[in-house]
Amino acid sequence: MNRISALFASRKEPILNIYATAGYPNLGDTMLVLNALQEGGVDIIEIGMPYSDPVADGETIQQSNQVSLDQGMTVSHLFDQLKNMRPSISVPVLLMGYINPVLQFGVERFCQKCQEVGVDGLILPDLPMAEYQQSYQSIFERYGLFNIFLITPQTSDERIKQIDAVSEGFIYMVSSASTTGAKSGISTDQETYFKRIEAMNLKNPRLVGFGISDRESFIKASNGASGAIIGSAFVKLLGNAKNLREEIVGFVKSIKGLK
Amino acid sequence: MIDAGISFHVSEKGYYGDFGGAFIPEMLYPNVEELRLHYLEYMMEPSFQKEFHFLLKDFVGRPTPLFKAERLSAKYNTQIYLKREDLCHTGAHKVNNTIGQILMAKRLGKHKIVAETGAGQHGVATATVCALMGMECIIYMGAIDIERQAPNVARMKMLGATVVAAQSGSKTLKDATNEAMRHWINHPVDTHYIIGSVVGPHPYPDMVAKFQSIISEEIKWQLQEKEGRDYPDYILACVGGGSNAAGAFYHYLDEPRTALIAAEAAGQGISSGHSAATTFLGKPGVLHGSKSLLMQTEDGQVIEPYSISAGLDYPGIGPLHAHLATSGRAKFFDITDEEALAAALECSMLEGIIPALETAHALAVFGKLGAKPNEISVVNLSGRGDKDLATYQKALKLND
Ligand SMILES: Cc1ncc(COP(=O)(O)O)c(C=O)c1O
Repeated sequence: MNRISALFASRKEPILNIYATAGYPNLGDTMLVLNALQEGGVDIIEIGMPYSDPVADGETIQQSNQVSLDQGMTVSHLFDQLKNMRPSISVPVLLMGYINPVLQFGVERFCQKCQEVGVDGLILPDLPMAEYQQSYQSIFERYGLFNIFLITPQTSDERIKQIDAVSEGFIYMVSSASTTGAKSGISTDQETYFKRIEAMNLKNPRLVGFGISDRESFIKASNGASGAIIGSAFVKLLGNAKNLREEIVGFVKSIKGLK
Repeated sequence: MIDAGISFHVSEKGYYGDFGGAFIPEMLYPNVEELRLHYLEYMMEPSFQKEFHFLLKDFVGRPTPLFKAERLSAKYNTQIYLKREDLCHTGAHKVNNTIGQILMAKRLGKHKIVAETGAGQHGVATATVCALMGMECIIYMGAIDIERQAPNVARMKMLGATVVAAQSGSKTLKDATNEAMRHWINHPVDTHYIIGSVVGPHPYPDMVAKFQSIISEEIKWQLQEKEGRDYPDYILACVGGGSNAAGAFYHYLDEPRTALIAAEAAGQGISSGHSAATTFLGKPGVLHGSKSLLMQTEDGQVIEPYSISAGLDYPGIGPLHAHLATSGRAKFFDITDEEALAAALECSMLEGIIPALETAHALAVFGKLGAKPNEISVVNLSGRGDKDLATYQKALKLND
């Protein structure tokens, strides 16, 4: 069973997924960050594969991507860093990035590498459903990879149903029309949107992303979904941290309400 | 020259051969899908056609002349016509597209416009139609381009647009496009994105090509009048994203007697590491919503391009042109900064027309084309050079 399915099947508490740009703040920090996230009690780790032109991302993540690239990060270097992450990292791991580096690496070779190092799923925001179904789905499935789709407040009910039908693991519910890190907090409108989706009785659980930065917004978002995703707020912490491991553990605990 | 069975028109799924598609984040899906479903229907509406053609005539000043360049013809010992898009209101072909798209935006119920610009010509053309229609206008422009195309920045501001500097990456057209897309993601409901070239997710490349196709539509009857035949032996255009070329090629895509000639900016030369000649240096990849040829590293990171010309300083190319290049239907030439500057000076001195730096790349092809004395070439004179005067002054040492 894919680790993502296992997690959602067994979990009653809100699920916390945290995004970290690979190779950031320093090229060699990737595994340190993963270990500290797990130590703090994170439920899912989303590793950002840096890209030169991340159009769905706001300034914080853009900048971390550029720093990581400037330090020499590449797709194959990232796989090298993740080579021995299992079994010490036991939580589900997703790779998030843009389609072009995957295409250049070779889709099949990329998926094979993901399986080898123990990646459970992918989030590729510029790979839309139609292209996925036509050219990618069978390859992803062959290597046991879940492809995570996004929905937004503007996504029609009809399309949400289609996305639910091709999704496995969970659906990434974008909290508002925006790039990452653009807005913070969760408004009443957004809570209404979460409830609307909840009432659709989809087969896949949802995690809420965009605008989640602290325990308060995490709890609010989790009320209308199975949990939430933190990205920019965590990347900011990475950029400013003096004691990386300690601050990461402290951050995760504070979100989960642990002391 | 043309393989039977190869289509140069967009497929149902938004592809030209292997290139095209709509690689966009879900946040943009509702807008792009709405456009895809309706763009042809809206464009065909008699009321749309009537308004479009009225504005092209009385606001833009179309038809633009097809001018026989006698002294250039004599110099290269062949027959050269200039399609005078530089005489369009705002000084370049870009306005053909922005007129079409602002009418589209109205039909889509949008009242705010966002756009990217490189040379500033598309930004000016967008700001112009926004002023005309009373719509709010935000233009993203690379910080470097803001410097090298200062007159156009002033024009946009005078037309009421907000100009925002793109500070990321190479601070040129690619980054301005990223920022415009991000703006659209953040304002999906009330805003239409007026892309400035035949790039972006389907249906943009096809829609922009169709709006620009007025260029070759006019060339056909103008050549018929002047030469007694409606096709040239060569049609030449510069390619940044490829909109002026798409417009000039459009009605000749399936005409085997017309060779399609594209000029790309080689910057300091294709092996110099400072270039923007995508068909020479690019590999298939995805940028700004479509699969096309793309200048990129082995790791799939986009390479920051270089050209003296802000409008050609782009690491990609529209999917139609990627298909024209790889299928061999169009022949691409790499033109350096230096060659373009010399061609700009030559056109100015021989014909009394100061061309845009972008256009100068197309003019420079005559030195390499080998056209015969009785053969007819039409160059799409995509824009005028006023915006480039500072660059010309410096590079051509006009102050000495
Ligand atoms: C005069 C002129 N020609 C050509 C271009 C290049 O664009 P495209 O390749 O879309 O025609 C520009 C772009 O700014 C321009 O201003």
